[in-house]
Amino acid sequence: MSELAELYQQVILDHNRAPRNFRAIAGATCSAEGYNPLCGDHFTLALSMDGDRITDAAFQGTGCAISKASASMMTEAVRGLLRAEAEAILDAFHAMVTGRGGDPSALGKLAAFSGVSEFPARVKCATLAWHALRAALEGRGAAVSTE
Amino acid sequence: MRPATNLLGLVPGRRPRPGFDVARVRRDFPILDQCVFGKPLVYLDNAATSHKPRFVINTISHYFERDNSNIHRGLHNLSERSTRAYEGARGKVQKFINAADAAEIVFVRGTTEAINLVAATYGRSRVGAGDEILITEMEHHSNIVPWQMLAEEKAAVLRVAPINDRGEIVLDRFEAMLTDRTRIVSVVHVSNSLGTVNPVRQIVEMAHARGVAVLIDGAQAAPHRPVDVQALDCDFYAFSGHKMYGPTGIGVLYGKRRLLEEMPPYQVGGDMISSVTFEKTVYNAVPHKFEAGTPNIVGSIGLGAAIGYLGGIDLPRAAAYEDELLAHATEAVGSIPGVRLIGTAREKASVLSFSVEGVHPHDIGTILDQEGIAIRAGHHCTQPVMRHFGVPATVRASLCFYNTHEEIDALADAVRKVQKVFA
Repeated sequence: MSELAELYQQVILDHNRAPRNFRAIAGATCSAEGYNPLCGDHFTLALSMDGDRITDAAFQGTGCAISKASASMMTEAVRGLLRAEAEAILDAFHAMVTGRGGDPSALGKLAAFSGVSEFPARVKCATLAWHALRAALEGRGAAVSTE
Repeated sequence: MRPATNLLGLVPGRRPRPGFDVARVRRDFPILDQCVFGKPLVYLDNAATSHKPRFVINTISHYFERDNSNIHRGLHNLSERSTRAYEGARGKVQKFINAADAAEIVFVRGTTEAINLVAATYGRSRVGAGDEILITEMEHHSNIVPWQMLAEEKAAVLRVAPINDRGEIVLDRFEAMLTDRTRIVSVVHVSNSLGTVNPVRQIVEMAHARGVAVLIDGAQAAPHRPVDVQALDCDFYAFSGHKMYGPTGIGVLYGKRRLLEEMPPYQVGGDMISSVTFEKTVYNAVPHKFEAGTPNIVGSIGLGAAIGYLGGIDLPRAAAYEDELLAHATEAVGSIPGVRLIGTAREKASVLSFSVEGVHPHDIGTILDQEGIAIRAGHHCTQPVMRHFGVPATVRASLCFYNTHEEIDALADAVRKVQKVFA
């Protein structure tokens, strides 16, 4: 049960039950969809930008606990950050969940997802919203897929 | 609470019919004897692929160690042995589904290729602009997309007969959708995501009354139910070897001989011709006309071995035991508060699809895996079925005769554990 408890930490279960920033943004600067056709997880991420700064981030859609909690905690983590700072977190998060090192403690609350690296089939769940973040920041509004 | 079980892992009072010895059968499948994450493997993903009995594994090893050679062309002894084994496997398939003639058995890669073959040959030559192809809402993507492509190419119409909320074809609606423009009906025998057993004999009668040919997708039926293509009177029947204890990469298309002879070839090349000049090629006789190139020889022989193994199992008895397991699973899992069964047809076989309130099927799949229980979570390549029931995905436990009542109880216990994690 220990690896399972590592995967489904209380903070993740909490964000799954009550996702934060689970809403649309009227007049969003950019948005992108994350879609996994294999499991049907589907999120739309919207950002408000003031120049290079993310002033608001929100998402809507459906998915498993890992993908939903990841999207929820991501919107909290990137709000107020500069584009480059958000991209750095994105890279660090990706390195952590794919087991390619990095320092989880630098990711703050997002370190809760470190257990994902023990579950290769669930990496796509954890990264779905982050793929959408990259697409939104790069101005690729079309749906991005983790397949 | 898990009910007390006897030494065979069977719950007293739920014994299989006399003569079906699940403990003996389990010893035939070496893969079942292992632990996953420290727990005994509970394999409930048989609709995805079944395991292979030692007899099949040994037959395949023996072929590579003693007989391996190309077929239908060698004058040497090994080639003769290989050819005999390959054509012998065809004969076993013929008897297994009671086809009138071994020439009606075409070896293909699997059910998907069989359906593609019929769409590309029978379909292309018989379906024209404005004609109709009739399928149902519960079809696997492999019995939707080939017809969609054909309809697009020919400006034909793909019509879809609806299912009800139990997951059964609405037969009178189906019959009403048969028109004088219908050229082919393609229907699944046993649904892979709902477990529904369709009244295919009746469907064939309805279609034949209007002169329409019928293909039956038997991928989930052949492993669980005796199939008699002559009694069904279907025009085509497709199934896969790996879901019925044989290897992957081999499957069967049964077609009535007259239809196969009239159909153009599918792929062309070696072995499917009787003479080639640059002016004209004469095709080989059926079934070889549809088996271009060196086929999956060992796959066919492995499938033949699986059929031989099933001959010793007594399929009707095994089917009765599987029905007991499914009834047990339906009760044990279906009675858990918060569980919704998807697919509650009156006639069902081997598949229990369900969802758990507040928990995504993928999270359930991960937690069950940690308990050593292998199930499938997803849309099962039947997205229209998921849409019908308003779910993104389901958890699917699919059973076969080597599963035990104790494993069903382990599944129910694990579902309760999922609910605790997400409480």
